[in-house]
Amino acid sequence: MPRYAMVIDQSRCIGCMACVVSCKRENDVPPEHYRTRVLEMVQGSFPDLTTEMRSELCNHCDNAPCVNICPTGASHHEEDGTVQIDRDKCVGCKACITSCPYNARHINEEHGYADKCSFCQQRLAEGKKPACVATCVGGSRIFGDLDDPQSEISIILRKNSHRVLNKAIGTGPNVYYINQYPKRA
Amino acid sequence: MAFSRRNFLKYAAMSAGGAVLADTPFISAEARAQAEGGNVKYVPTSCEMCFWKCGAVAKVVDGKVVKLEGNPYHPQSRGKLCARGQAGIGQLYDEDRLKHPMILDGPRGEGKYRKASWDEALTLVAKKMQAIANKYGPESLAMMSHGSPGDYFTNVLKAMGSRNIAFPSFAQCKGIRDVAWELTFGHKPGTSCERVDLENSRVIVLFGTHLGENMHNSQNQEFAEAVGRGAKIICVDPRYSTAASKSSFWLPIKPGTDTALLLTWINIVISEGLYDKEYVEKYTVGFDEVKEAVKEYTPEWAAQETELPMSQIVESVRELCRYAPNVVVHPGRHYSWYGNDTQRARAVAILNALLGTWGRKGGMWLPAKAKFASFNDGAPAYPPASKPSLIKGDFPFAGGEGVTQVLRDATITGNPYPIKAWLVAGTNLMKSLPDQRLTRKAIDSLEFFVAIDLFPTETVMLADVILPECTYLERHDGLFKISTREAGVAIRQPAVEPMYDTKPAWWIGSELCKKLGLDEYAAKDNWEGRMRRQAKAWGIDYDQLAKHTGYVTIPDSEKPYITEDNQPVFGTFSEKIELYSDELEGEGFDPVPKYEPIEHPGKDMFRLIYGRSPVHTFSRTVNTQWLWELEKENEVWLNKKEADRLGIKNGQYVVLENQDGVRCNKVKTKVTERIRHDCVYMIHGFGHNAPRLKRANQSGADDQQLITKYIEDPITGGTGMRVNFVKIIKEA
Repeated sequence: MPRYAMVIDQSRCIGCMACVVSCKRENDVPPEHYRTRVLEMVQGSFPDLTTEMRSELCNHCDNAPCVNICPTGASHHEEDGTVQIDRDKCVGCKACITSCPYNARHINEEHGYADKCSFCQQRLAEGKKPACVATCVGGSRIFGDLDDPQSEISIILRKNSHRVLNKAIGTGPNVYYINQYPKRA
Repeated sequence: MAFSRRNFLKYAAMSAGGAVLADTPFISAEARAQAEGGNVKYVPTSCEMCFWKCGAVAKVVDGKVVKLEGNPYHPQSRGKLCARGQAGIGQLYDEDRLKHPMILDGPRGEGKYRKASWDEALTLVAKKMQAIANKYGPESLAMMSHGSPGDYFTNVLKAMGSRNIAFPSFAQCKGIRDVAWELTFGHKPGTSCERVDLENSRVIVLFGTHLGENMHNSQNQEFAEAVGRGAKIICVDPRYSTAASKSSFWLPIKPGTDTALLLTWINIVISEGLYDKEYVEKYTVGFDEVKEAVKEYTPEWAAQETELPMSQIVESVRELCRYAPNVVVHPGRHYSWYGNDTQRARAVAILNALLGTWGRKGGMWLPAKAKFASFNDGAPAYPPASKPSLIKGDFPFAGGEGVTQVLRDATITGNPYPIKAWLVAGTNLMKSLPDQRLTRKAIDSLEFFVAIDLFPTETVMLADVILPECTYLERHDGLFKISTREAGVAIRQPAVEPMYDTKPAWWIGSELCKKLGLDEYAAKDNWEGRMRRQAKAWGIDYDQLAKHTGYVTIPDSEKPYITEDNQPVFGTFSEKIELYSDELEGEGFDPVPKYEPIEHPGKDMFRLIYGRSPVHTFSRTVNTQWLWELEKENEVWLNKKEADRLGIKNGQYVVLENQDGVRCNKVKTKVTERIRHDCVYMIHGFGHNAPRLKRANQSGADDQQLITKYIEDPITGGTGMRVNFVKIIKEA
């Protein structure tokens, strides 16, 4: 059984939002809601500036607060390590939304269930990469199986220093960030 | 099976990485649909959410387009689509589309129309056009256009005897650059895509080119690849753009002084002996004259003029030279900035020549080598022009795409002869031409105005007759020659039938020919029939394109780099790269670019500069659902210190007033460290004044509204539009 994860190579992200629209279409995300977003964070003062382009999505945490807090068992881990939502079991109580330290969830107002990135579970079942990865113009999003030492993602994580978001809180995220800021003259 | 080396390597690499999650390419759209079964259909076609013409594959379920993906075979998409490309479904199913022909039913500009049948509308258009041609001569019919519909109506006008046809893509965009490179190298720096070998570049220089924000798919894929590989980016831009954030050198130049920097760099390259001596000797003429002419442009002087640190000016160009010739100074695209823009483009071209980038890996690849048999489906030659066209104005080097504002001026003045009717297809002139007051005045003085478009834009809603075109997902549009490193052919074909009472532009143009008694210029049967004959003439398997891959490679067309047996051919008079231009000199222009200082804004005034968003194409996509959601309005970027001084807060709504007292819609401020103190910036294309575009109407501000001043480039007629100064009015 694979163990899925994503790497975001922030240096390659050009902020084009192809991932965001691709995700919306693939997953029929309702208006004004998103399963993924791209933040552009600029620091410094003119002309000494740096930018962090940061794609954010569900981290599919090993120790997921949303799974721990879910009163009905709707939020759960699959065998492939991903965190998924059983829509039939979800009562829309929003406990997961408040517990998620990554602000990765929203309520589907039409149907009442909580929703978030599933790593495009439906595409994985067909042997395809998540929609955001497939269309990532900058090649910034890399997806694969951590249990396969020869997978692209495993090789990248071995070769590059990487980090996860909010590591200290112990959620064990499965979205990894790598970045080499350009050295400016 | 046409399979380019590039794609082959890509897939070979993908399959080597493991069969799982490889997104294996579809060998055939038809085979993929059969494998999935049910009511699924995959249709390979070409995107028109912008003009890069990416290959797209539409997934159609039960007659509805449910997904658009990039065509993996097409070199301009490589399996990916940008935000806009994927949101094409939103354009197709936009409820604000024009749905049926309309005839003006009241005074022009009040927006009252009545629904008409195609027969009634086309009969009226033909009658009016014929009457005007009879009364004033066919030359009094003018046309302006952008994108695919242009060809079909160019055909109508030429068949009637008019040559007054112009495209804003010349004088309001990249025509200036193309002319400068033709003067220097004898070739444009690219056709639909610039021939920049970014994926192999060691250093990339960008003058205002904001890759990332200016979203051209394959070029951005290569740019990100270069950044990821550690290529150095030198970004010259008064604004800290996305590209600037990836740069090793960000040069926040004083707007309007780019040519000072370029000529100084050329001086450094020559005086420090950093140029490619062998290449210059072999392929160029005029080196000594350039050497002499640029001597006066010293780094000390440039530092003062550009307000950049001298050390940065010198170090950045030395870094560029260190990796030459595997470097490129990007030719840019939108070039109508200050009214002396041909010479800036010439300076960029000369710098590239000195570094030997043309035909070098990581520089600019040589044009693909392919010959296509000429094909016009047996249509007769056009009758001669009734009178010489006006489209080149008094600009000796204006190109064949024409100078739009010359037609506008002639429409207003009636000189040198009257222009009484406009046919406008696929361009929102109120937003593409500078000085909207003149555009409106010209439209008001027309006897007849017909618009062909998808949407009820502010320009369309001034027309006497509106003909609703269907979207690119609903029509055939011919076979496209694609020129990247290799030559290829791509197809556009409908994924679904036209919605409402809309028609493909080819049909509208063809029916108009018939109504005008010009049957020999009308389509012989339908456009698909014509495309099949075209494919046959070109020796291409139509079914391969239409049913399987959507794109085919022309074999042996890819010869990107100079080798002993692959020498560059320069289309100049001297058959060399003309560093010194006899052609320019012959028309009384500087044969080597000179720096001309421009006017700068006074106290509390800011230069208005503008650019693009990766999720919008000019004003065309603001109303498109997912794109509108991501960016509903534009913001005006204002330097933090200036904002503090003026007491303006981030996110506050303000109004801008230009030097002529013209104001824009209210617009939100983005108070930021990311821009110089002397300019403000906004994304072009917002601030629609088009009530029928429910989402886009009145959201954000229209930069073009504030561009009442423009300076014409005397060489090409390009309209310099970054010459307007605005003050900020707080009460919005």
